[in-house]
Amino acid sequence: MNESIMPQIKKAAKKSLKAQANALAETNKQLEILNGGIFADGELPYFKDKIAEIGHFPLRPNKLEILQINVGYMCNQVCEHCHVDAGPDRKEIMTRETMEQCLEVIRNTGAHTLDLTGGAPEMNPNFRWFVEEASKAGIKDFIVRSNLTIIRANKKYYDLPEFFKKHNVHVVSSMPHYTRGKTDKQRGDGVFDKSIKALQELNAVGYGIPDSPLRLDLVYNPSGAFLPGDQMAMERDFKKALDEDFGIQFHNLFAITNLPISRFLDYLIASENYEDYMYALVEAYNPAAVANVMCTNTISVSWDGWLYDCDFNQMLDLKVASKVKHIKDYNEDILNDRNIIISQHCYGCTAGAGSSCQGTVA
Amino acid sequence: MANNYYDPADLRKFGKIIEWSEELGTKFFDYYGKVFEEGALSAREKSLIALAVAHVVKCPYCIDAYTKDGLQRGITKEEMMEAVHAGAAIESGATLVHGVQMMNKYNKLSM
Repeated sequence: MNESIMPQIKKAAKKSLKAQANALAETNKQLEILNGGIFADGELPYFKDKIAEIGHFPLRPNKLEILQINVGYMCNQVCEHCHVDAGPDRKEIMTRETMEQCLEVIRNTGAHTLDLTGGAPEMNPNFRWFVEEASKAGIKDFIVRSNLTIIRANKKYYDLPEFFKKHNVHVVSSMPHYTRGKTDKQRGDGVFDKSIKALQELNAVGYGIPDSPLRLDLVYNPSGAFLPGDQMAMERDFKKALDEDFGIQFHNLFAITNLPISRFLDYLIASENYEDYMYALVEAYNPAAVANVMCTNTISVSWDGWLYDCDFNQMLDLKVASKVKHIKDYNEDILNDRNIIISQHCYGCTAGAGSSCQGTVA
Repeated sequence: MANNYYDPADLRKFGKIIEWSEELGTKFFDYYGKVFEEGALSAREKSLIALAVAHVVKCPYCIDAYTKDGLQRGITKEEMMEAVHAGAAIESGATLVHGVQMMNKYNKLSM
């Protein structure tokens, strides 16, 4: 058989781009790519011109609803598509001091949702203390983004489902597919089985059961250079397959588009899919999604306390265009009076039904 | 102009056919869009049918488009390959069923 048509088996990366000293670990290099090439040549329109057509440039925030805090880039997994470039070799971890500053903000914010992310947020040594303190602030929806495998990674994490339950945490977990092959290809060998076991344990304490107040939502993002399909259809397929094969239940599925930054950008370029992917994003541009993109209702806080319009801008080191740039100086009114920083990666959030950390927006 | 008949980049330009015949092009794309909506058949099922037909009519643009469409819908590679076999089976069956015509003619002509 011709070798060239044999399937390309590619193992998930074992190291972050940063640890590999990959040129794309530099945010300037990523921005150069996003602002150059087919956009600089005029083949595709710049995002700012696209949103200017409908009067949304400069992009401005609406009411702040979600405070998203990234407690560190350390993770037990090294997923191929990760926009954080997270992994075991990443040492950027939020300190207790910065957490104290975050808590001060959490106690006074007008946001109704607190969203903890990472890396694997559970790997921050102060994670449990932080969750306990934050849960006392009375925020309506308290999300922890868990990669699931962390629950099975080490004995010290086995009780996480009970811990989440105790603090009424809303668990949002990544699950790229309901089949083993696709999941492991994107996230590494063995991830599927561990994720299934973790979901069963979450179900066992009451998470994800219909009508249960213990919310368990799954995040689907495509394992390759294509856009997510219809969120409701995907949810229906996931529910059917996970229930029939493993007896697993969950509440909602959020279909999230992979944004062309960091490791996913590296993958797109290495696999010669970058241009096609950008064409697909621009073609799928949906003006109706612009008004509700997540940067209009979210503030993203990095492990070292800097403020960003979203987690993607955080990874591109594009800090908010505001006098207030750090959590220690936090002021919601001043912060809300800003222009949102955009680039061509933003097409990822306006494609099709739109995409955000809470799923579709249009 | 490319010096080969099929250029993957041409797929992106499909919509341009409207420019030379707006009425017919628009009618075609409206029809096309409507066909692939959820109906008595799911959009997922129709995507697999389209993939099978794409192979039978040997349209490289359609194969690219409906492989991607299948991935977007979470269709597995096993499902995709079975759809291609369904198309191939009909196509080879269509050839082989003509064998009956050959047999009929043979018998008629033979003593």
